[in-house]
Amino acid sequence: MAEIVEIDGQLERNTNESTLIPQRIKITRASDDGDKKILQKRLRDVEICVPIVYGTIAFWLGRKASETQSHRWTVYVRGATNEDIGVVIKRVVFQLHPSFENPVRVVESPPFELSECGWGEFEIAISLFFHNDVCDKQLDLYHHLKLYAEDESGPQSTKRPVVVETYNEIVFPDPSESFYARIQKHPAVIVPRLPIMLNLPTEDPNEKKGDTKDNPLSQWFINFSEADELLKLAAARQQVQAHIINLRRQLSVIDGLPLQSWKPGSNY
Amino acid sequence: MDAKDILGLPKNTLPMQEKKSKPPKESQRKPDGISREVYALTGGLAPLMPAIDANHLRRKVQTENEKWLPFSNSARKDNLQLYHWVRVVNSVPPTGDYSFAKYNKSADVIKYTDEEYEKHLTDNTWTKEETDQLFDLCERFDLRFVVIADRFPSSKTVEELKDRYYSVSRAILTARASSPGEVSGHPLVKEPYNVSQETERKRALSLLLSHTKQQERKDVEVIAHAKRITEARKAIKASQEPLVPALSESGPFNADKDDMTADTAAPSTNPQFPSANPVSETATAAASLRMLRVYLRTYALDHMVQAVSSSAGLRTIKRVEQTLQDLGVNLKPKVPTKAVCAEHLELRKEILTLLNLQKQLQYKEAEGSSFRDSSYTETPGTPPKQSQRAADLDRTFTPESLQIGGNTISNDLLGMILNFPLGKDSLKGSRSARYTPILPCYFVAASDNTSRLPLRRYMYERLIGCNLTFYPFSPTECEDMRILEPRSESSEPVVPCRADGGELR
Repeated sequence: MAEIVEIDGQLERNTNESTLIPQRIKITRASDDGDKKILQKRLRDVEICVPIVYGTIAFWLGRKASETQSHRWTVYVRGATNEDIGVVIKRVVFQLHPSFENPVRVVESPPFELSECGWGEFEIAISLFFHNDVCDKQLDLYHHLKLYAEDESGPQSTKRPVVVETYNEIVFPDPSESFYARIQKHPAVIVPRLPIMLNLPTEDPNEKKGDTKDNPLSQWFINFSEADELLKLAAARQQVQAHIINLRRQLSVIDGLPLQSWKPGSNY
Repeated sequence: MDAKDILGLPKNTLPMQEKKSKPPKESQRKPDGISREVYALTGGLAPLMPAIDANHLRRKVQTENEKWLPFSNSARKDNLQLYHWVRVVNSVPPTGDYSFAKYNKSADVIKYTDEEYEKHLTDNTWTKEETDQLFDLCERFDLRFVVIADRFPSSKTVEELKDRYYSVSRAILTARASSPGEVSGHPLVKEPYNVSQETERKRALSLLLSHTKQQERKDVEVIAHAKRITEARKAIKASQEPLVPALSESGPFNADKDDMTADTAAPSTNPQFPSANPVSETATAAASLRMLRVYLRTYALDHMVQAVSSSAGLRTIKRVEQTLQDLGVNLKPKVPTKAVCAEHLELRKEILTLLNLQKQLQYKEAEGSSFRDSSYTETPGTPPKQSQRAADLDRTFTPESLQIGGNTISNDLLGMILNFPLGKDSLKGSRSARYTPILPCYFVAASDNTSRLPLRRYMYERLIGCNLTFYPFSPTECEDMRILEPRSESSEPVVPCRADGGELR
């Protein structure tokens, strides 16, 4: 725990507070010596993107529930399409509430998930650490553990869990060539076509079986689709654009005749 | 026990006063020869107080060296003999003309012959009889044109009368002169009467004098506002010149930047939004993101959103978010992919532009409306014909409505669109198909919400006093207006239609 607090302290100093946003996503800068060690060729203007989903699934224990352990929950970080994100992420550190035993839990290999029993909701800090060729900095996520459904839609059930998931994308700007080569064909990663035909050797993704496709919890995973979102945005933009056109025309009508308005006597 | 007891005043003062006040009451009795009713209207006679000491008057009149003597007045033509008191110094009565005769100035009104009239003075708007009458009156009333206008048989304004008189006089003068140089120094020729300027001057003066306090206050506000605007524009111009956007590198948000410039370039004259900044802001924001080795998509979006709205105030940002909510868009995208974030950012920029334009329009309309307030007051000096015309105009906007395609259009809106007034009579028992527009103009049968668009346009035209020419609406414009139509208002689709009832082409 002390380790994490230290990281947080460093974080405060490094990132400009004013640019931080309510969602409390902080990007830390690791020590500078990492940069010097890995002197790798970087691909300019390329952006590698890893869609991830993180969240919690909480089951009520029903009859087995005790006062301190009413729910069994799992916190996890998964690929948005349940592909293995172990190619990018080396280690995930979950920081639980200090009342837990060993509140800092490290998951060294995929699937990056952690199950616990408890009775209360709290915020879980999730720190992602990447492979050496990917990035030497960690990325912090925050997730609020939810045990009780917000809408009192019905009585608590042991069958239906409370699922809260957040979609996000990890972006690696200007990735190293080796990283690019390694994950170029990997399904968990969105890789842009290289503009220039760079002769990069492609590595076959070595199947480590880290995906969450046959995860026992996968039936509860939310499928995130951008299509709906894009459609909604397109409709909104169309509406706003129409409004803009209309306002412009009104303005031009007014603008076209301002001199006349002050000509004396012209209104008779 | 009363106030007198408290003050320690003697009680018997009251009856004394009553006794005293009775006799004067008697003297205020109605004088003879005036009916009781008429006297009642006067509310009694006002007390007469001599302003000058009577003794002083008597002494003055009875001074030794003043005498009651006859005198002759050269200003009179009738040889009437009148008497007055004159001061006699050393028993020599004053000689010479009556001292007030010198004030009897008369204008020497030019006389013209019939020949001269035929030759120089014919005018389309004036007959010879009228001109003769005018000159008679001018002579009789010594060019007191207000009186002349009052007596003049046909209704002509003071300015018209003056114009005729002075132009005739000038024409005669120049015609009779042997050379143009001879009369060039004459005031009539040197400073000719300018009828339009005079009319305008009087109109402006009456406008100024008829201003209410409220309008005056408004004018002051408008002037102050205009000053602020010009100052702000100056400041923006000054700040924009050195601000050549330094865009060099290409990044994930580069495409957005170009759009930004296009969107914000137009409203750059608006003082509210110094719009040059967001471009460079987004550029630096994108650059600073790339400095990071790793970041989350949502972080990038927040970063860019902040950069875009950096120039906007807190209230504007709030309004942007309100608009987003109204549009049914999540403030934070649920699935923040690259495409979604880019679209989201674009939407925010567009909303900013929209709010910016709305603000501009409000300003412009405020500027316009303050002019309308001042120009719409009926000027007292204007002849009755004009006020009659104004009344006609107002009368045409009778609150009646018309059914077109299931939508109600108010009569005045239709009248505006059709470019001619629709009085109550012209609308009786008729439908829109009877009206053929003078201009080929389209309109949208719309509920009140959208009908305000053409209405506003119309109002503006009217207040600036140009012709009531209505801008034709193109089908695309109709389309735009239809988009703005709130969906809940009517289940029936709003069909743009021609004013004459025909289908939109």
